[in-house]
Amino acid sequence: MTEKTKNPIKSSEMDPKFKYEISKMHGGEKLLRCFQCGTCTSDCPVARFSETYRPRQIIRMAQLGLKERLLKSDTLWLCASCFTCTDRCPQGVEVASVIRVLRNLAAEKGIVPQVFKDQASSILESGYAYRIPELRVKKRESLGLPPLPKSNPESIRKSLARVKFLKVIEKQGE
Amino acid sequence: MATKYLIFLGCAIPYRVSAYEISARKVLQKLGVELVEMPEFNCCGLPLDPVSHEMMLILAARNLALAEQKGLNILTLCTGCAGTLKKVSKMLKEDKVLREEINHHLKESGLEFKGTTEAKHLMQVLIEDVGIEKIKDSIVKPLTMLKVAEHNGCHILRPKEFIGFDDPEDPKTLKTLIEATGAKCLDYIDETECCGAPSVGVSDKVALQLARDKLNHIKMVDAQALITICPFCHIMYDTNELRIERMFNETYGIPVLHYPQLLGLAMGMSPEELAFSELRVDTSKIIKQVMEGAS
Repeated sequence: MTEKTKNPIKSSEMDPKFKYEISKMHGGEKLLRCFQCGTCTSDCPVARFSETYRPRQIIRMAQLGLKERLLKSDTLWLCASCFTCTDRCPQGVEVASVIRVLRNLAAEKGIVPQVFKDQASSILESGYAYRIPELRVKKRESLGLPPLPKSNPESIRKSLARVKFLKVIEKQGE
Repeated sequence: MATKYLIFLGCAIPYRVSAYEISARKVLQKLGVELVEMPEFNCCGLPLDPVSHEMMLILAARNLALAEQKGLNILTLCTGCAGTLKKVSKMLKEDKVLREEINHHLKESGLEFKGTTEAKHLMQVLIEDVGIEKIKDSIVKPLTMLKVAEHNGCHILRPKEFIGFDDPEDPKTLKTLIEATGAKCLDYIDETECCGAPSVGVSDKVALQLARDKLNHIKMVDAQALITICPFCHIMYDTNELRIERMFNETYGIPVLHYPQLLGLAMGMSPEELAFSELRVDTSKIIKQVMEGAS
């Protein structure tokens, strides 16, 4: 992450229970197995082109309990979820899933890049992650394609009624 | 033979990648795979996994539950949808507590995930159900004049534990399918690497650099075309190729075809039928070669 010696870690920033919080979440169970070999970072295609994104560093920060720094970091959102780190980790940490758990925790705090808010509201309205223009829907016929499958937004909203994340973005929209 | 499927289009295809759908429907029909339209649809859930794993699981399980009601397996064209539906299906089958939790959400809309249906990607249906021999038999115009490169799409390969369909380090299926058309499939550096699509919207610059890296490697082996099997990867290479060329001062001119377009050509279908006009990068050079090569 961007923080270097300019911004030294203070022991008061460390939440000693954070790693257990993550370990209880689906996909975060194996966080404690990481011994910092660096396979994830060296094989990460995003790390190759980003000055700041380093999966090994994210995992270490999670183990140390640097919760605030992690959840507020823009870098967390750069993972392309290609799962190369997950497949190659010699310790079976499921690195990409731990990073996803961290993003989910950030989202619960209301830190959500706009693109995800747009996709969530589009799904609630239409079932599709993108708003498909009427012209496209009509064009299907002239291209010889069957009509676009109808969605059932009302039923989708019922299934999703108790999703925590939606309450967060609802609150932000108010 | 189990060759009747519910077709799951996903979101990206109806939004902007019609050529893939058009060509896939044409070749599947010719190979005797019957497609039934999805009765009700919602996004597979993958785009929202970063912000809500819970929401992703519910959305994926909903689709699986709807397919179960129809008593049919799902065929997807998108590797993201295929990976997500496969992964969630396996997770819910193996984890009773998680299954009950998700079914509790689905109950609100009268649905239940039982685990009786399977989701397969197009290339899996082609290789496992149709079979390579039948595909080879359908070829009337072998594309022996073409040397192409392939790009698989991460979510049909990884995580291996959940997908397990091909070897993520050295995948063979797409190569086998390409070579069935008579075209040569070239090896290149970092062949299984990500196209960058999931990072679009968060950092376009990083995402496009990933795609650029792959295009450089593909150019290095003089591939005449790149073959994809995922709408997102296709957008990264075809829709964005000009943008990448401008942004990084590169020249590629590498046409990007959906696999069923390549197969369709070899089956004797015309570029018009296979919606080549929908592609962004100019394909006239390889089409000319194919047409001349056949005469």
